[in-house]
Amino acid sequence: MEQSWKQAKAVFAAALSAPLVWLVLFFLIPLAIVWAYSFGHNEGLTQIAITGTFKNYARAIEPLYLKIFLKSAWVAALTTGLCLVIGFPVALAITFASQKAKAWLLLLIMLPFWTNLLIRTYALIAVLRNEGYINKSLEAVWTLAGRVLPLAPFQPLEMMHTNFAVIVGLVYVHLPFMVLPLYSALDRLDKSLLEASLDLGAGHMRTLFKVVVPLALPGIASGVLITFIPALGAYLTPDLLGGPDSQMIANVIERQFKRANDWPFGAALSFLLMYLTFVAIAVQALLSKGRKGAAA
Amino acid sequence: MSTNRILGTRRSLLTAMGAAAIGISFTACGQKPAGEAAKSASGEEPKLNFYNWDTYIGETTLADFKKATGVDVNMSLFATNDELFAKLKAGNAGYDVIVPSNEFVTRMGQAGMLEPLDHAKIPNIKNIDPAFLDPDYDKGRKFSMPYTWLVLGIGYRKSKVQGVPDSWKYLFDSAQYNGRIALLSESADLVRLAAKYKGHSVNNIPPELVKEIEAMLIKQKPYVKAFHDDNGQDMLVAGDVDLVLEYNGDIAQVMKDDPDIDFVIPKEGSLINSDTLCIPKGAPRPDNAHKFINYLLDAQAGAEISKTILYPTPNAAAKALMPPAYRDNKVIFPPADIMSKCEYGAFEGAEKASLYEEVITKVRAA
Repeated sequence: MEQSWKQAKAVFAAALSAPLVWLVLFFLIPLAIVWAYSFGHNEGLTQIAITGTFKNYARAIEPLYLKIFLKSAWVAALTTGLCLVIGFPVALAITFASQKAKAWLLLLIMLPFWTNLLIRTYALIAVLRNEGYINKSLEAVWTLAGRVLPLAPFQPLEMMHTNFAVIVGLVYVHLPFMVLPLYSALDRLDKSLLEASLDLGAGHMRTLFKVVVPLALPGIASGVLITFIPALGAYLTPDLLGGPDSQMIANVIERQFKRANDWPFGAALSFLLMYLTFVAIAVQALLSKGRKGAAA
Repeated sequence: MSTNRILGTRRSLLTAMGAAAIGISFTACGQKPAGEAAKSASGEEPKLNFYNWDTYIGETTLADFKKATGVDVNMSLFATNDELFAKLKAGNAGYDVIVPSNEFVTRMGQAGMLEPLDHAKIPNIKNIDPAFLDPDYDKGRKFSMPYTWLVLGIGYRKSKVQGVPDSWKYLFDSAQYNGRIALLSESADLVRLAAKYKGHSVNNIPPELVKEIEAMLIKQKPYVKAFHDDNGQDMLVAGDVDLVLEYNGDIAQVMKDDPDIDFVIPKEGSLINSDTLCIPKGAPRPDNAHKFINYLLDAQAGAEISKTILYPTPNAAAKALMPPAYRDNKVIFPPADIMSKCEYGAFEGAEKASLYEEVITKVRAA
C-alpha cells in the first residue's frame, strides 16, 4: 500500500533533511561561491573582488575559447556516437543471455568502474605507446613475416599522443555509462513483441530498427546524455593520452585555476560549460516530452 | 595581514549568503592545533609540520633530526607550486616549513604569505655557496633558504640525433626532429625559453616578442609530439620521443640506467629554478621551523639528502662531502660558462601569468 508523503510529514522531513543539508552545504554553496567568482576579478595576488563584471564571460566567448568549446563538444559527440554503436549490441547480447551469464556479463561491464580512472588511463598508455603491447605484437608478426617476405624494418604505429588515443580512451572509459541504461531499457522490453515481428515476416535487422530501437529510445536518450556530459568535461584523458592539439575545455579551465591563477575567468568558463550541460538536459527533456505527446 | 583579509572576504561573502556557520569552519582551519604535549624551552611542543615535494628528502633525514632535537616531523606532500599556493591562499592549516620555488617565493612574499627568517637562528647559512645568498627573487634571503636548484635543458637520445642538439632551435623552430619532440606543459617556461632563443632575457618580454613567439610556436606545433607534465624523462626512456624539454635532475636520474641518454643546456642559455625552505605566515611552531631549516642546511644532513634525490645542491659544504660521481657530473652541475647564461624567471604579476597561459592555449588550439 503506497502512502502519500503528506500523511507522514515528520518522517519525510527527517529522511530528507540529511541529504538536503549535504546538498546545500557541499554542493550548492560552493557552487554559488564559484558562480560569484565568475563575476569578479583578481585583486592583488590572493583576493578576488566580486564586482558584478561580465568581463570574464566576454573573454570566455572570444573565438579562441568558443573554438575549444566546439571542439570539445565534437569530441564528446563522437565519443557518444561510438559508445552507442559499440554499446548497443553489447547491451542486446546481455539482454538475451541466460540468467547466469547475465550476472557475469554485467559484472564484466561494471568491473572497470571499480578501478581508479587514473590507473585505467595509465594502463591504456601501456597498451598504446610505441613500445606498448599493440606495437610489440605487431612487430613480432612483422618480423615473422619478414623471414619469408622482403619487408622494410618495422615502423611502430604512432597511437599515443594523438586525437585517436583521446577518442579511444574516452570511449573505453564511458562505455559502461552507455551500456547500463541501454541494458535496463532493453531488459524491460516485452519479448513477445519481437516474436510477433519475426512471426509476421520482418527480418532480424528490420525487427531491430523498427521494433527494438523505438522501444528502447528512452534508454538510448538517457545513455546518450550521461555519456555526453562527462565526456564533454573530460580532463584527465586528453591530458594524458592527447597530443599537442588535443586540449579540451576542461584542460583550459584547470590551467586557469592552477597555472594562470585566474579563478574568475576559470569560473566563467566552468559555468559556460555547465550552461551547455543544462541545454543538453533541456533538449533531452523536450524530446522525451514530445515523444510522450506523440504516443498519447 | 592579507591572509586574514582573505578569510574576511570569504566569510563576508558567505555571511551575505546567509550561511555564516560555514565561516567558522574556514577560520578553524587557520587556527593552530592545540597541542598539550610536553613543551620545549621556547614553549613549543616537539612537533613540526613539513610540506614538501614527493621524493625530496633524505631517507633518514627526518629520523636523524628527531634524534638530534627530539622534534617529530610530520611530512605531507604537494605536487605543484600552484597546489601549494592554492592551499595556503585559504589560510595556513598548520604548516611550519614549506618548499616553494623561486618565483613563488616572490609571489608569496608579496602576498604576505611568508614569515621573515631570523638568520641568527640559522647559523648553517655559512654552508651555502655565496652565489646563492643574494638572489633577485628574494634579496638578502629575507624569506627563503636555498634547498636545491635545477636548470631546464634538452634531454636527448644520443643514437637518434645528429651531433649534440645544443640550441633551442631544435625544439622551437625546426622541422628536423618532426614528431620526436616533447615540450614541458608550463606556459611561462615555454614563452620564456622561446624568448631566450630569440636572444632576449627570460624576463620583461615585450608584447611584440610575445606575439612573435606565439607565431613561432604555432608554426612548430605540428612537429611536436606532446606536451608533458614533467614526465619527459619517462617518455625519453620509453622511446616515445628523442628530445625533451626537462630539468637536469630528472634526466640525471634516468641516465644512470640508460647510457644512450644525455642532457645539454642550449648555447642560448636557459632558466634556472630553485626550491627553497620557507616558513609560511601563521606557522604554529616558528622556533622548531628555524631549527629544522638550520638542520637541513647542515653539511652532513645536506649530503644525506643529495645522495637520495640527486638534485644539484646549493650547499657547498654538503657538496664537498659527496662522491665525485655526483660532484663532477656535468649534467647535475653544468659547466660555469653555460650556467652564466642562465637566469631565474622573475615573478612579474598575475597578468603576465594569465597572458602566457593564453599564448599557450592559442598554440594548442591552433
